[in-house]
Amino acid sequence: MEDRRDIMMSMFKANGANAETNKDDKYYKQLKNDLDARVKQLEKLPAMHDVSLKETLKNEGINRRDFMKWATAACAMLSLPAGFVPTVAKAAELADRLPIIWLHMAECTGCSESLLRSANPSIDSLIFDHISLEYHETLMAASGWQAEQNLENAMHKYKGKYVLMVEGGIPMNNQGEFLTIGGHGKKGVEIANAAANDAAAIFAIGTCSSFGGVQAAAPNPTGAVSMSEATGKNVINVPGCPPSEKNIVGTLLHFLLYGTLPALDAYNRPQWAYKRRVHDQCERRGHFDAGEFVEQYGDHGAKEGYCLYKVGCKGPYTFNNCSKNKFNQGTSWPIQAGFGCMGCSEPDFWDTMGVVGEPLKDRLYHTTFGGLGADATADKIGMGVLTLTAVGIAAHATIAAIKPPKE
Amino acid sequence: MAKRIVVDPITRIEGHLRAEVIVGDDGVVQDAFVASTLWRGLEVIAKGRDPRNLPLMMQRICGVCTYSHYLKSTMAVENALGIKIPYNAELVRTLMNAALFLHDHPVHFYHLHGVDWVDITSALKADEEKASKLAFKYTPNPIGTGANDLKKVKETITKFASHPQGLGPFANAYWGHSTYKMSPEQNLIALSHYLKALEMQRMAAQMMAVFGGKQPHPQSLVVGGITSVMDILDPSRMGEYMVKFQKMADFVTNAYHADIKMAAEVYATEGSVVKPVGVKNFMAYKDFMVGPDEYLFDSGYILNGDISKVFDIDEELITEEATHSWYENDGALHPYDGETSPKYTGFKDGQTVGPDGAMIDTKIVDENAKYSWIKAPRYDGKPMEVGPLACLLVSYVRGNKIVQDTVNKFLKDTGLPVAALFTTLGRTAARMLQAQIIADNAMKAFNNLVQNLKVDQETCATYTIDKNKEYKGRGMGDVPRGMLSHWIRIKNGVCENYQAVVPSTWNASPKDAQGQHGPYEADLIGLKIADLSKPLEIIRIIHSYDPCIACAVHVMDTKGNKLSEYKVDPLYSSCSE
Repeated sequence: MEDRRDIMMSMFKANGANAETNKDDKYYKQLKNDLDARVKQLEKLPAMHDVSLKETLKNEGINRRDFMKWATAACAMLSLPAGFVPTVAKAAELADRLPIIWLHMAECTGCSESLLRSANPSIDSLIFDHISLEYHETLMAASGWQAEQNLENAMHKYKGKYVLMVEGGIPMNNQGEFLTIGGHGKKGVEIANAAANDAAAIFAIGTCSSFGGVQAAAPNPTGAVSMSEATGKNVINVPGCPPSEKNIVGTLLHFLLYGTLPALDAYNRPQWAYKRRVHDQCERRGHFDAGEFVEQYGDHGAKEGYCLYKVGCKGPYTFNNCSKNKFNQGTSWPIQAGFGCMGCSEPDFWDTMGVVGEPLKDRLYHTTFGGLGADATADKIGMGVLTLTAVGIAAHATIAAIKPPKE
Repeated sequence: MAKRIVVDPITRIEGHLRAEVIVGDDGVVQDAFVASTLWRGLEVIAKGRDPRNLPLMMQRICGVCTYSHYLKSTMAVENALGIKIPYNAELVRTLMNAALFLHDHPVHFYHLHGVDWVDITSALKADEEKASKLAFKYTPNPIGTGANDLKKVKETITKFASHPQGLGPFANAYWGHSTYKMSPEQNLIALSHYLKALEMQRMAAQMMAVFGGKQPHPQSLVVGGITSVMDILDPSRMGEYMVKFQKMADFVTNAYHADIKMAAEVYATEGSVVKPVGVKNFMAYKDFMVGPDEYLFDSGYILNGDISKVFDIDEELITEEATHSWYENDGALHPYDGETSPKYTGFKDGQTVGPDGAMIDTKIVDENAKYSWIKAPRYDGKPMEVGPLACLLVSYVRGNKIVQDTVNKFLKDTGLPVAALFTTLGRTAARMLQAQIIADNAMKAFNNLVQNLKVDQETCATYTIDKNKEYKGRGMGDVPRGMLSHWIRIKNGVCENYQAVVPSTWNASPKDAQGQHGPYEADLIGLKIADLSKPLEIIRIIHSYDPCIACAVHVMDTKGNKLSEYKVDPLYSSCSE
């Protein structure tokens, strides 16, 4: 087995085995040099844990080979050729060079919970355990003044160096008074701005901090906005309600490797995770192409695993990698559970994705698109032509043409 | 002179919460005020939406009790539309509920509440051989307490603790506090379970995901039933659930239950945790259907700690008021008659005990005016505690055999008197006992599902929403934090009004017009605090309720004028207007 794997590896490492064929060897050579240099720099920074990731993995019974397998998958996830595997592995080991501050704004704690769910033990979660989490209200033992001290100390000590992760939208109406934290009654927006000013990078974790989220749904009574809008900073959005731990750790890994922001789409989502529609790699896609649909929850088609488009799956309009990664260590995901995608990683999805149980027609609520564009096309599909395979595919191509992620 | 202490943020909870107490020279709390400092307004947002969308939206009230609001919201819409869901769907919902409880209660005890009882730094001094033997005192089948296991735990934490930067999330807590009562060995056993529970909760979340698609925020309930029909028809999926359930049940019995017995033994004499509760009224609603008309827990309420009587709930007597909440109208109104809009008055300048014990300038609540985003719900004018303790007390007094046996056995095992139930320790124990009852009995629902699938594979009822008709209905039950109800009114095919009455609102409520405190506040009054700059006793009491403050706030706050132009009689789900 090992021989075979090595042969495969050598094939992938061969010249020309690049992730994107429209970029030449010179590009990848330069990239490799840049990333290696970045990793060397990281190595010089002080470690924040005594126990290295290597030891942690060993304690958890994960051998080097498993770890390299993970690094290979991470490479593929980040669209890097296999020759970069050792660099990716090294970067992951150096994750504790980055201090992390995690803030809670107007939120439900689901994103934090999502992180707690990761692993059994998965390498992603162990890496998350390995980073230096300086402040996190749900997990930290300290309370009150002592908790506030932890935040102030971390912001001071790691000024300009920490990664800021934010969960929750930021209420702005009435000068932000809908959220205060701490003995001095500081407003959420003040804390978000102060922490953002001295951060090396800002990640908005979840749809709320990425786009405002559920509290920003019309009529948005608290004036909740995204982290980027509240601070005017460049923010990497990792949306989802909640996002998978893979997308969170992958974003961190990307930052470790490049020291810069990843390639982003029009909504500042990392392209490596949010480039493709849920629909593109859906396990029920064959049924869509064959024109086999669930017509009603619980019907014959539901028992057979037919396509959920007609009962309101928003997979064709949603950019995320759920169909590949699933949730809870691959246990399931909403489409496997027969529900369909609700579009939770799209901006304003509460207002734009229509009704549960129906395709995007018959909406009762206003949408930002005003029923134009992709929605209008989908309406026609939903009206009945979709059962014809050829038309279905053509319509899908039209949707793709109308609403691409801007690169 | 009396001094004020402020604790904000209260960490290891869901949401944003502040507590302030006034302490006399003797270190005893004279008065207490609890405030939520976040308002999100989800019920305002619900208005005008398609009712089929609301369960998913209301689910986002909270990512911790993630399934509770989803379920009760779905039930409210079904109740309004007069839908009877298939038996299979009922049972699958119960199985998902079991997954939630078996996830939520252990996570609360170990990861949110645990370090209030367990001093991690003390565990470093433990003798692991001794600890390993000691574990057998609390259960015949201990988990993760072999001497080797404990040695590994100790090594991991020693390394962690010895590094100046390494304490991470454990940094700067109240370690070494005089009210930590466990021996180093006991602390080590609990610490081992803290780490083990991290792993177990991941599995419990998978249990939910088997039928729910994912966790947090499962996505397989629709108005009319459930969607995960492929999963229940797949024997390997059913097996996956069963195996994970059994492992989780084992953890509850041999780690969680055992550790609470251990805590009960050493904390039985610690004044700050066996101080009688402040509010002695308890209310609960039946939940956990495991078979036709068979529920694990019962409805009712008891007053003044008198367990000789239990009363039926008259929902008409539920009111909310906002004398001390940041809303316009102060009046005590039935949830359906509310007419409140936000009126934030903020904090005032004051002095409180700072981190070093010296007085510092800070912001404090104005307890004579409005001071929280949480309203004050009352039943017949009285504050009520809801939650696992209320649930067990009500079921116990109702004569529920399963509950009686489980509670009696615990009291016998620990030697605690019945009065010990009415304390912080009793509340924390009740949460475990509720998990134990579910671990011992929820598989009845599984077995009934397997039996029923042989003859009936319906999972979803069909229905129509008549746009010319008006509907109203509610979903009610006891969720991990206590009695929860969602109320909806539908008109023109969209949501006309939406209300959620949430457990943490009952428990974390501020004072009412009569000056009566809610359960958190009342519990803090009379509490002796050993070290004013390290108020561990306050945190411990508040955590014992398992606060879910995002929940508590969306609840009551959102009844704008326009939401309440009509009255709804909650006892009848037909439209009377």
